[in-house]
Amino acid sequence: MSATNGKTTTCAMAAAIAGGEIRLCRNGAGANLVSGVTAALAACNGAQLGLFECDEAALGGIAARLDPHTIALGNLFRDQLDRYGELELVAERWRELVAGLPPSTLVVACADDPVCADLVDGRRAALRYGIDDPALALEEMEHASDSRWCVRCGTPYEYRAIWFGHLGDYRCPACGHGRPPLQVAAQQVHPVGLDAIAFRLVTPLGTCDVRLPVPGLYNVENALAAASLCLALGIPLEQIRVGLHRFRGAFGRFQRFDLDDRSAVMLLVKNPAGANEALRTLAGGGDGPLVALAALNDRIADGRDVSWIWDVDWERIAPRLSRVVATGTRAADMALRLRYAGVEGTVIEVVPDTTRAFDRATELAGPGGTAYLLATYTAMLELQRTVAGRGLVRPYWEDPAEAGVA
Amino acid sequence: MRLTLCQLYPEHLSIYADRGNVLVLRRRCEWRGIELVERPLRLGDEPDPDAADLYLLGGGQDRDQVLVADDLQRHRDALHEAVAGGAALLAVCGGYQLAGHRYLGHRGDEIPGIGLLDLVTEAGDQRMIGNVLLESDLDERPRTIVGFENHAGRTILGGAAKPLGRVLAGHGNDGESGFEGAVSGNVVGTYVHGPLLPKNPWLADWLITRALARRHGAVDLAPLEDSLERRAHDSAAAAARRG
Repeated sequence: MSATNGKTTTCAMAAAIAGGEIRLCRNGAGANLVSGVTAALAACNGAQLGLFECDEAALGGIAARLDPHTIALGNLFRDQLDRYGELELVAERWRELVAGLPPSTLVVACADDPVCADLVDGRRAALRYGIDDPALALEEMEHASDSRWCVRCGTPYEYRAIWFGHLGDYRCPACGHGRPPLQVAAQQVHPVGLDAIAFRLVTPLGTCDVRLPVPGLYNVENALAAASLCLALGIPLEQIRVGLHRFRGAFGRFQRFDLDDRSAVMLLVKNPAGANEALRTLAGGGDGPLVALAALNDRIADGRDVSWIWDVDWERIAPRLSRVVATGTRAADMALRLRYAGVEGTVIEVVPDTTRAFDRATELAGPGGTAYLLATYTAMLELQRTVAGRGLVRPYWEDPAEAGVA
Repeated sequence: MRLTLCQLYPEHLSIYADRGNVLVLRRRCEWRGIELVERPLRLGDEPDPDAADLYLLGGGQDRDQVLVADDLQRHRDALHEAVAGGAALLAVCGGYQLAGHRYLGHRGDEIPGIGLLDLVTEAGDQRMIGNVLLESDLDERPRTIVGFENHAGRTILGGAAKPLGRVLAGHGNDGESGFEGAVSGNVVGTYVHGPLLPKNPWLADWLITRALARRHGAVDLAPLEDSLERRAHDSAAAAARRG
């Protein structure tokens, strides 16, 4: 499984579905290069099936070594340009990978993403998934959208509906390249606050109603990818429904911690598209004031270049922020971004140390309140350690769903 | 007072958070009671030498750069006329390359620029990536510029352009000369993004002052409370010094 956004969650969902019946060998979140997959395989005594999330740039190398039964291609968004070069280079590598696969290898592809859909154009062994609910369409494109121009002729796509970023139901007015028919689709999608999202799952095997206990339209895309992967393995629809229902959120994706009389919710923000979806989901969950911690690190795993925060629509939540604590190795950059998003300087506190910032944010949340922790990858790990150190939540490395053999 | 801002091809040339530069200009004008009128230029628009006081030319993905380069040629004369008439222009990353004479690719392919800056760019073998720190004498007093660079192009300045700054940390125009960016009159080009203006607010104010002078003569901008800007500048400078 590879994608810019949703790799970890999709694999966690697929594991929730398949893991009950099949002994899985999995790589942990973040260990998604050739080395991480190798380490997982070396440690997987008696596993029956490998389920690996793959870094976008490493996918080709991993697939070449493993000869996989199925490859799932989720989406391509701008992410850490300093590491990969540009989006088109990754797309080109994926194109070469798919072109070189044996005809029998099944490719699961997100039809809502024009690049991914085009990669499987004409391929027989392919499952195309997407959202089919015009009521959900955004009114206009978000700033961070990437593939707005036809992958074949460069003309701007016309969208019948946009779900988020550049994902939607598109068609090129010049050459006619459009979203292909969906084999796996989500219809009648209904958010259930910040706790869940419900939808009707339509597959070649039939239809069922799914209640996914995590919020956000992007999680519907992740669930469709996971369901498609499991359909490819021959898993029955009822098991897919139950597995998705049982899924309890991947590490750091709207993960809630209870702290005596208040709580904290962790949201990973690592690139403009993912951050925009997280903020949109957060903004859609209510209209009261929000206390937030915004943690920006610039370590290798976060991306050394912090420019991307300027492509995130913080403006979406800025009017609702009653207090913000900016933290991380680039705390001041984060604070500055929020100031230019319209957050008053008096509302923002800069506390570079993440542990102290966490204490301050939960203090500001007050009794009965919630602190929303928006954090880049390594900042999220630091915050997890802070929380775990106080015995408030099981450390993620003790969670079998997140590391090694599950 | 009114300032007209023209962002060139915002849908195509906005890869490295160029939107942040626009946002900073917008807010810093707003905070001072200067009315900012935005008049973006899009593919196929008619050339107009009187369109704006300040132009922004950002960077795009390779395909977008090529797409835009053709259209930009139609605006070459209008932009030269605008700059000769006192308009200011900021060109960043890919836009910096397009502001020069030309870009020479690996396979001998050539993308023509608009020659507002006396420079040429050649495709290099290695990307120059990382935090960057410059010292610049563009302003009345010595200044530093911080940000992030990510470019494979090696840019060589001709005699009519002077560098924007001396590299204290990072690669700069070509990784060898020790200089970064280019300036010619009111035209500033640079590889520095991050984006450029939020952490270097003096440069935003320099551009606003130059652009306002086109229609309002010499203007003294009211100082702003820039403590967060300074703090972000200093943390980026420290990141650049660490390498």
